[in-house]
Amino acid sequence: MAAPATQLSGPAALSAFSRPARSLWGDAWHQFRRHRLAMAGLVSLIFLVVATLLGPYVWTVSTSEIDFTQSLLGPGFAHPFGTDDLGRDLLARAMSGGRVSIAVGVSAVLLAITLGTTIGSLAGYFGKLDNPLMRLTDVFLSLPVLPLLLVIIYLFKDTLRQLFGAEAGVFIMIVSVIGILNWMPVARLVRASFLSLKQKEFVEAARAIGDPDMRIIIKHILPNVLSPVLVAATIGVGNAILTESTLSFLGLGFPPDVPTWGRLLFDAQNYLDFAPHWALFPGLCIFVTVLSINFIGDGLRDALDPRKSS
Amino acid sequence: MGRYILRRLLVAIPTLIVISFIIYAVLALSPIDPLSAFGADPRVPPEVRENIRRSLGLDQPWPIRYVKWFTALIQGDLGYSFMSHSPVIGLIVQRLPNTLAVVGVAYVIGVLIALPVGMISAVKRYSLVDQVATTFAFIGFSTPTFFTGLLLIIIFSVNLHWLPFIYNSNLKIEDLGSFLQQVKQSIMPITVLGLFDAAVLTRYVRSEMLEHLPLDYVRTARSKGLRERAVILSHVLRNSLIPVVTLIALGVPAVFAGAIVTEQIFRVPGIGEMLVRAIFDGDIPVVAAVVFLFSVLVVSFNLVADVLYAVLDPRIKYT
Repeated sequence: MAAPATQLSGPAALSAFSRPARSLWGDAWHQFRRHRLAMAGLVSLIFLVVATLLGPYVWTVSTSEIDFTQSLLGPGFAHPFGTDDLGRDLLARAMSGGRVSIAVGVSAVLLAITLGTTIGSLAGYFGKLDNPLMRLTDVFLSLPVLPLLLVIIYLFKDTLRQLFGAEAGVFIMIVSVIGILNWMPVARLVRASFLSLKQKEFVEAARAIGDPDMRIIIKHILPNVLSPVLVAATIGVGNAILTESTLSFLGLGFPPDVPTWGRLLFDAQNYLDFAPHWALFPGLCIFVTVLSINFIGDGLRDALDPRKSS
Repeated sequence: MGRYILRRLLVAIPTLIVISFIIYAVLALSPIDPLSAFGADPRVPPEVRENIRRSLGLDQPWPIRYVKWFTALIQGDLGYSFMSHSPVIGLIVQRLPNTLAVVGVAYVIGVLIALPVGMISAVKRYSLVDQVATTFAFIGFSTPTFFTGLLLIIIFSVNLHWLPFIYNSNLKIEDLGSFLQQVKQSIMPITVLGLFDAAVLTRYVRSEMLEHLPLDYVRTARSKGLRERAVILSHVLRNSLIPVVTLIALGVPAVFAGAIVTEQIFRVPGIGEMLVRAIFDGDIPVVAAVVFLFSVLVVSFNLVADVLYAVLDPRIKYT
C-alpha cells in the first residue's frame, strides 16, 4: 500500500524513516491493537477457549459423579462454581459444556460462511444465476428462524441420534440447522462485492490472459471479499453460541448428559431460590464469550475498513 | 409508487406459499407420528387407531394433505388442536393479546431509549457518554435474554420479593389494585425484551447518524449559521431516520421470536409459550399454524420496511 511513497525517497532518506514493512494483515493488526475493548475481548476469549480446552486436565473433578451429600452447595474451595442438585461439580461441567458450546458456534459459522460465500460468489459472478439464487436467498430470509429451528430439532432429533449416537447426532443436527438457516446475509454481502469487483480492471486483465472463471473467482476476486466476510463470521460465532444456548435453554438442544451452558441454565431455572449460583456461572460464561466475540468483531471491522486507515 | 407496492405484494404472496410448503413438508416428513399421543395408550386398539388416522385424513399422501391444509388456511381455518380439540384459530386469538402486550410495550420502550441515546452517542462521539452508551449496548445484545430474565428473577423475586415470579394469566383488570398487579407482573418480561431491543437499536441509530454527520449538506447547514441543535435535529436526524425506520420494521419479527424465550421464562401464556408446548406435545396443527403465523409476520414486515423506505426516501425512484 505504502510502496510508491518509499520508492520516491533516496536510500539515505529511506534508512532515516524506515520502519519494517507491514503487510495488509500486519496493518490490520496494528489498527486492531489500538482498539482497547477488542483487545480485552481477544484476551478474555483466548482465556475462555484455553480454559475449556485445557481446564479439564487441570481441574480433574468428574463432570458426572453424583454425590447427594454435596448437592446444591454454593461456591467454595472444593467447588469454585458450586454444585447442582445431584452434587455434580459445576466448574467441571461448565468447562466441558463450554467446549461443546464454542465448537457448535464455530462449526455452524464455518458451514454458514461456506454456503453463503459459494452462493454469493456464484450469484455475483454469473449473471444467469443471479436471479434464481437471490430468490432462494429471499425465501430463506423470510423463514422464521427460531420457531423453525425448534420444530426441526424436535422432530428429527431421535432419527439423528439413532444414526450417529446421542452427542454426535445432536451436534451434527444443531450445527447444520443453524448453518443452513444463517448463510443468507453472507451471500448478500459476497454477491454485492462480486458485482462491483468483477467490473474492475484486474479482473479484466485476468480474463485477458485466459484465466478460467473458477480461477478468477477463487484467486482474484475472493481474497478481496475476505475482510467483510471475516467480520461477519466473527459476529456470527457469537450469534450461533447464543442460538445454541437458546435451544438448550428451551430443552431442545443437547441431552442432559452433555452440559452445554444453555443446558446448565435450563436445569438451573427451577432452583433459582435455593441455588442462584447454578444459573449465574454458566450465564456469565455465555455472556463473557459472546461479549468478547462482539468486541473482537467491532475491532476487526474498524481495522479492516479501508476508509478508516490513515 | 403504487405499482412498486403492488409488485412487492406480488412477490410476497408466492414467497409465503413456498414457505408454507416448506413448513408443511418439514412436519410431514418428520419421523414422528402425529398420533403418537394415542399410540402411547395401549387401550386404543389398532383398528380404532387406523380409523382415527383415516378420519383425520392422515392416510392420504402428504402433498394432498398440504393442498387441503393450505386451501383451508386461506379461508381462515387453521384446523383443530390434537390436544385441546378446539380450533387453532381460537387458541391463537386467545393468546395473541398477551404476547402483543409484552412485545409491543417492550419494543416501544426499546425505540424510545434507543433514539435519544444513539443520537447523543453519535453527536458526542468518543466522549464519556458515548463510551458508556456503547459499552451498555454491547452488554445488552451480548446477554442472552434468558440469562437477563433469570438474573431479574433472582434479584427482584427471590431476594427482594418485590415482583411476582410467574405471570398470572387469570388476572382480570377490574380496579386499581388488579391493574397494579398486572403492571407488577409485566415489569420483568418487558424489561428483558425492552433492554435487548434498545441495545440493538442504539447501535443502528448511532451508526446511521455517524454516516450522515460528515456529509456536505451538514456542513452547508452549519455554514448557513443554523444552530447546532437545528442542524442535528432537523437535518441529520431526519435523514438518518430513513434507514432506522426500516430497520425498526425489519426487527419486529425477531422481537416476536425473542418473545418465545421470554414467555418461557416468566410463563407468560402467549403464542411463543403455546408454540414450545405444542412442539413438546407433538400437536402438529398448532405448530404448523404458529410457525406459519411467524412467517407471515416476517414477510409482511419485510414488505412494510420496503414500502416505508420508498415512501420516506424521495431520492429513490421506484417503478
